Amino acid sequence: MSFISTLLEVQFGLSHMGGAIGAGLAAIGAGIGIGQIGKGAVEAIARQPEASNDIRANMILTAAFVEGVALFAVIAGLLAVLKA
Amino acid sequence: MRLNWLKSFLVATLSLFWATLSTPALANESPAEEKLDPAKLILEHIQDAHDFHFFTLEKKDGTEFHATLPLPVIIYSNTKGFSVFSSARFHHGHEAYNGYKLEEGKIISEDPAEKIVDLSLTKNVVQMLLALTLLVSLMIGIAGKYKRGEGIQSAPKGWQNAVEPVITFVRDEVAKPNLAGKYQKYLPYLLTVFFFILINNLFGLIPGSANVTGNIAFTVVLGVISFFVILFSTNKHFWGHIFWYPGVPMVVRFLIMLPVELLGVFTKPFALIVRLFANMVAGHIIILSFVALIFIFGSMNAIAGWGFSPLSVLFAVFIYLIEIMVAFIQAFIFTNLTAVFIGQAFEGGHEEGHH
Repeated sequence: MSFISTLLEVQFGLSHMGGAIGAGLAAIGAGIGIGQIGKGAVEAIARQPEASNDIRANMILTAAFVEGVALFAVIAGLLAVLKA
Repeated sequence: MRLNWLKSFLVATLSLFWATLSTPALANESPAEEKLDPAKLILEHIQDAHDFHFFTLEKKDGTEFHATLPLPVIIYSNTKGFSVFSSARFHHGHEAYNGYKLEEGKIISEDPAEKIVDLSLTKNVVQMLLALTLLVSLMIGIAGKYKRGEGIQSAPKGWQNAVEPVITFVRDEVAKPNLAGKYQKYLPYLLTVFFFILINNLFGLIPGSANVTGNIAFTVVLGVISFFVILFSTNKHFWGHIFWYPGVPMVVRFLIMLPVELLGVFTKPFALIVRLFANMVAGHIIILSFVALIFIFGSMNAIAGWGFSPLSVLFAVFIYLIEIMVAFIQAFIFTNLTAVFIGQAFEGGHEEGHH
């Protein structure tokens, strides 16, 4: 029971925990998203190697978008930690 | 089968044991001397400051030697008028000067009734001015060369070789596809934004320099300027789509499409702002975290600190290379998206051919 009572005492730290978990979830989301982009790009290059330059450019562009969204969540997590 | 059941039973009992019979072990109050605070250290390096701080050495007699370049502090107060002095007079926040104190990087007045406006040349301002000088002198020099015919009637020389492919890239991949027909008007703005963000991103990667693009004020200004450029290129078709979205029932049109489209006008530049800011800040925090790891390990055990440093330096170099790529990519994405939004603002007349 002392574990649960410890958890209840940590009320000031709940925002820190929320911020950190949110940033971790954002990392998972970014990983899945950019993984899908990479998978699609590599399969497309395998089907048509001549287009590999165009495909690579589009892949990097789209990956930057997905990463931007994940970093929105990181900023939200940082705000949760810093602004208590 | 019996082994699986036994394993599950062991896991259950052990978890119950851990959850109920554990006692909290609270962190000890360590003596308040030189406790390493990595979060504060990292944040100090990312924020603006009134001096360039390169490194700090501990001398043999215990005092510290700070290698800093103090920057001028310019304050306008409603009681004392303008005050200009070097930030070295603050002695890193330990002393007040002329009624002003440096606290947490901000200058506040010792007199609570006094209102001050801080117009100092801080790290970010000085680095922006440096980037500005570099950009203007480089571009004007190159433009002068082209005017004299070098690079047109003969092979390009010097910096023309480096800059011409980039300008051609922005014109052919960013401006022309998105702004068909009117790209000449917007090319100066797009090129300025691209090169300014790129140069500030690259400067920010040099150790000891300021983190200009990771400053929300800088990105907000860029985003607001882009917002106005987009706004001034809109045409009737654009606003028609917002207030009278075609092809949906009236209820959907006014209840959903109108607020969504109106909000969309503002969220697009907002996303530009936050994307650039978050990418740059996150990159710098990662690099600083890897270097701070050395000190965290070092504060636990000096041998662990030394032993971990090759690994940390390796990771930091790896992230540095990624950050150089991100510097180029973020400049390109800001410019590309601005061009896309400007193109969306004045496109029109594509419905009439369909029905």
